[in-house]
Amino acid sequence: MRFFSAFFSAKSFLLRVLDFLRLRTFMGKAAVVALPYGWHIIFFLIPFLIVLKISFSQSLLGAPPYSDLFSWFEDDILQLRLNLGNYFYLGEDNLYLAAYWESIRLSGFATLISLLIGYPIAYGIARVTPGVRIFLLLLIILPFWTSFLIRVYAWIGLLNNGGLINTLLLKTGMIQEPLSLMHNDFAVCLGIVYSYLPFMILPLYVSLDKINPRLLEAAHDLGCKPVKSFFLVTLPLSLRGAIAGGMLVFIPGVGEYIIPELLGGSESIMVGKILWSEFFVNRDWPLASALAISMLVLLVLPIIIFQRLLSSETEKAPPL
Amino acid sequence: MMSLRKSKFLLTMMLFGYAFLYLPILTLIGYSFNQGPRVTLWTGFSTKWYASLFANERILEAVWLSLRIAFCAATIAVIVGVIAAFVLARFRRFRGRSFFNGIVTAPLVMPDVMSGLALLLMLVFLEQLIGWPQTRGGVTIALGHITVSIAYVLVIVRSRLLEMDYALEEAALDLGARPLGVFFRITLPLIFPSIGAGWLLAFTLSLDDVVLASFLSGPGATTLPMLVFSSIRFGISPEINALATIIVCLVATGVLISGYILYRQLRQASKA
Repeated sequence: MRFFSAFFSAKSFLLRVLDFLRLRTFMGKAAVVALPYGWHIIFFLIPFLIVLKISFSQSLLGAPPYSDLFSWFEDDILQLRLNLGNYFYLGEDNLYLAAYWESIRLSGFATLISLLIGYPIAYGIARVTPGVRIFLLLLIILPFWTSFLIRVYAWIGLLNNGGLINTLLLKTGMIQEPLSLMHNDFAVCLGIVYSYLPFMILPLYVSLDKINPRLLEAAHDLGCKPVKSFFLVTLPLSLRGAIAGGMLVFIPGVGEYIIPELLGGSESIMVGKILWSEFFVNRDWPLASALAISMLVLLVLPIIIFQRLLSSETEKAPPL
Repeated sequence: MMSLRKSKFLLTMMLFGYAFLYLPILTLIGYSFNQGPRVTLWTGFSTKWYASLFANERILEAVWLSLRIAFCAATIAVIVGVIAAFVLARFRRFRGRSFFNGIVTAPLVMPDVMSGLALLLMLVFLEQLIGWPQTRGGVTIALGHITVSIAYVLVIVRSRLLEMDYALEEAALDLGARPLGVFFRITLPLIFPSIGAGWLLAFTLSLDDVVLASFLSGPGATTLPMLVFSSIRFGISPEINALATIIVCLVATGVLISGYILYRQLRQASKA
């Protein structure tokens, strides 16, 4: 009994000291922050640092198939060997530059198309009555919950030479020979638009939904035509949603592997596909790492823009 | 407010958009009941591809592995994700907050090939360092899925935390409740629907992933999407159509039920 009371008085004394030093809430907070922070440092930050490290090593036969950057020599000399060759190789070989250009071009074009298709849909959803709105939003979200792979796969059955579209067009006599719809840039763009369209529509809808209708009423009262008030009021106010949606399509689109692999041609060279084959086929881990790092450098600006948009919404959070 | 009927342009665009989203999936479902092996040639109604799907040992094994990975990944991702969301929504200032925000939400847009490569190289490095993990498989795949899913859970839960009334938590704190007690008895019940949504999203993301799993898997561990992907590369198979139909139906049922619940809540709220 005495032990317990001594323990508790010691504990309360300690708590009082901590409270006095304002350390108690600090320690509680630190403990709460530590878990997700630690997780992402171990499983996200450090992995990318290791990729950076390996991108400076040399490809070897063996397990693991790369050289060490650091080596000890007899006279206590630590030698650091940075092999910049992988990056020079990326710059010299036209294949890789072309791959970057191809990825940016196709993904950028697909982003534009999904904006053009997604905007009217998001606009329409924001204008209907709430009951219908939930139904329409669910229909947008539904494909997003079904397998990505299966949605890409569905297009193969439609676009093939013997696929549904060609069969229908041939039967109705609109074409004499099957159109080659698969294994080209068109198919890759279509795949990206189709797979990522919900990501475009949802942020657009959120930003359109936030617009105060009184602004449009005011514009109307002041004699503004609907089309003009759309361009002067609605469009600028929905710009954030458009940019956020655009980033959600563009960034994953640049690194996409499955879509160019399944829908693109054998000569289609998007970065994601090249990285995959350098890693799995050629087993050149350092070169694959260099590709990943240069892709990260390419995407870091869009990623930062996206995060700014995402986190600016948290600024109204209560202080604690 | 402008009604949809007034704008033919908007209505056509929406019809076109929804058709674009749904026609490929619907044709897939239709042809899963096709008798012949050709995907475009309709030869008659049959459910034989479903029978052969359920007789396929490899597919069933992969389904079981994927379900286990998805369950574990979603559960852990929800725990870490809710804490991360709480940190970002409620702690305005702490050292490295913007950096934390950066690395937690980056997996949301990071291309899968990059996350997959980075995690694999880290695991290889870890194996050299401490001898774990000696074999890659379900556990390592789950680690990758958790890291990516946390970002999705975070976004969903954080938006709920931000829109909910902070005064409720404040009142409990003023009345002398401990912060931990407030979290479990006030905050958690209020954000529970969003936690459920986050769990389901993490579950489906894990069930759907090919790229991370291919990087992080080892010999003998083949998840369902990996199996589907390799069989698609060899060409179209009606068995995959049948599998896709089952997945789509399961997901559609879940989404429609949750939508109906949401709709009823909304109607009750508008009545009150």
